[in-house]
Amino acid sequence: MVGHTTFSVHVDPDKCQGHNRCYSVFPDLFELDDLGMSHEVGAGLVPAGQLSLARLAVANCPEHAISLIEAREAQQ
Amino acid sequence: MTDRHPRVQDFATDFDHTDAAWVADPYPIWDDLRQRCPVAHSDRYGGAWLPVTHELVSEVAYDHEHFTSRSVVVSERRPGPDDLPAPIGVSPPISSDPPFHGVVRRMLLPAFTPKPIAALEPFTRELCRELLEQTSGKKTFDAALEYAQHIPVRVIVKFLGFPQEDADQFRGIIRLVLEEVDLPPEEREERFAAVDEYMDAQIEDHRARPRDDLTSFLLEAEIGGQKLPVEHVRGTMVLLMIAGIDTSWSAIGASLWHLAQHPEDRRRLAAEPGLMDTAVEELLRAYAPVTMARLVTTDFDFHGHPFKEGDWLLLPFPAANRDPAAFENPDLVQLDRVRNRHAAFGLGRHRCLGSNLARMELRVALEEWLARYPDFELSDPAAVTWSAGQVRGPRRLPVTILGGDG
Repeated sequence: MVGHTTFSVHVDPDKCQGHNRCYSVFPDLFELDDLGMSHEVGAGLVPAGQLSLARLAVANCPEHAISLIEAREAQQ
Repeated sequence: MTDRHPRVQDFATDFDHTDAAWVADPYPIWDDLRQRCPVAHSDRYGGAWLPVTHELVSEVAYDHEHFTSRSVVVSERRPGPDDLPAPIGVSPPISSDPPFHGVVRRMLLPAFTPKPIAALEPFTRELCRELLEQTSGKKTFDAALEYAQHIPVRVIVKFLGFPQEDADQFRGIIRLVLEEVDLPPEEREERFAAVDEYMDAQIEDHRARPRDDLTSFLLEAEIGGQKLPVEHVRGTMVLLMIAGIDTSWSAIGASLWHLAQHPEDRRRLAAEPGLMDTAVEELLRAYAPVTMARLVTTDFDFHGHPFKEGDWLLLPFPAANRDPAAFENPDLVQLDRVRNRHAAFGLGRHRCLGSNLARMELRVALEEWLARYPDFELSDPAAVTWSAGQVRGPRRLPVTILGGDG
């Protein structure tokens, strides 16, 4: 049985300082509030085929505010 | 200006960021200190410390208990009783500490998000094209003096809503604040007073005729239902002008200095325009212009060093960006570097408010330059000079245009 792996991102609001690097790299996955602080769009699910872009956003956050979460979903 | 101080013999025990060796090439000095210290000390400026690793620079940036931002430019003069008391400081919010810092910063942040900054892009692009047009027909010219230095000053003057023809006089002001830090205190005072006078005239003019610019925005802004005191408005205007000009000028100049010497990087940027985002970040990492400063708030032991209340601490983000413990091959410029958590705009609560503006200016300045002059080189590498003090960038950058003159 092959599991199906999904990835999502989460921005820690206590760490984000509004550098806006994630938004600049991947504007479809992150959104900014009025103060320029970042939040993942919706549940932060990384679209298929765009994992490398998500990783780039994570690896460019100076505050280490973004985590990449891997989830394995059992497939029937 | 470096003549006023004796030359440094040992940077570990007697560092001076205005010393000629530091100004010419600080990277080997920081490498050496990283091996030997990594927190250097100096009795100059009344006592100062210098951590040079990414880890220690981060630790200080996040520590608002042992360090205050009340003064962020190291000079012979510490803030005295005549200055606005902490936590406001003379130029809020850079000189403010929490919790006041957060209140002032939140007031300013909306003006610096990507959307309002994008509105300044067409002006910036047009300005770059005009400046390049003025170099038309020249085989050799100074990229720092004739191109880079004009871009941020005219953009910030537009942003603040001052007359464009005043742009040139601001460069003298900035030199005073950032470079001439070893002037006698009385002389610095006098010249600061002239800056305040200019700002007061602008405030009066904007009060009489409000318009859609940053100065009017500050005059309208409220904290806790109250308009800001005039000292606060003036301090923030001075801050935005100073912080927004020398810094971006330096980043644009240093990037052109790099590209002049790396034809392979120029060709890559021309062939892969999509690389510009990571390229701009990599150039900011490698040639980060800004070193900040803090004052120690209380006597305490910092990793075995006896920090004393009132000591200066230089916070060299450019040194953090070259730390091999944080970046692979830190001295190598890789335009497609993937892992790049650089600290060019600082870390923590004082993250550069204008980082979106600076990035836009650097990107547009490089795009327009490369579109017009895809091939160029340094006319004379020995003729390049660098600024002294806490903002590092080329101040003389003679380049020779290769091929046609565009």
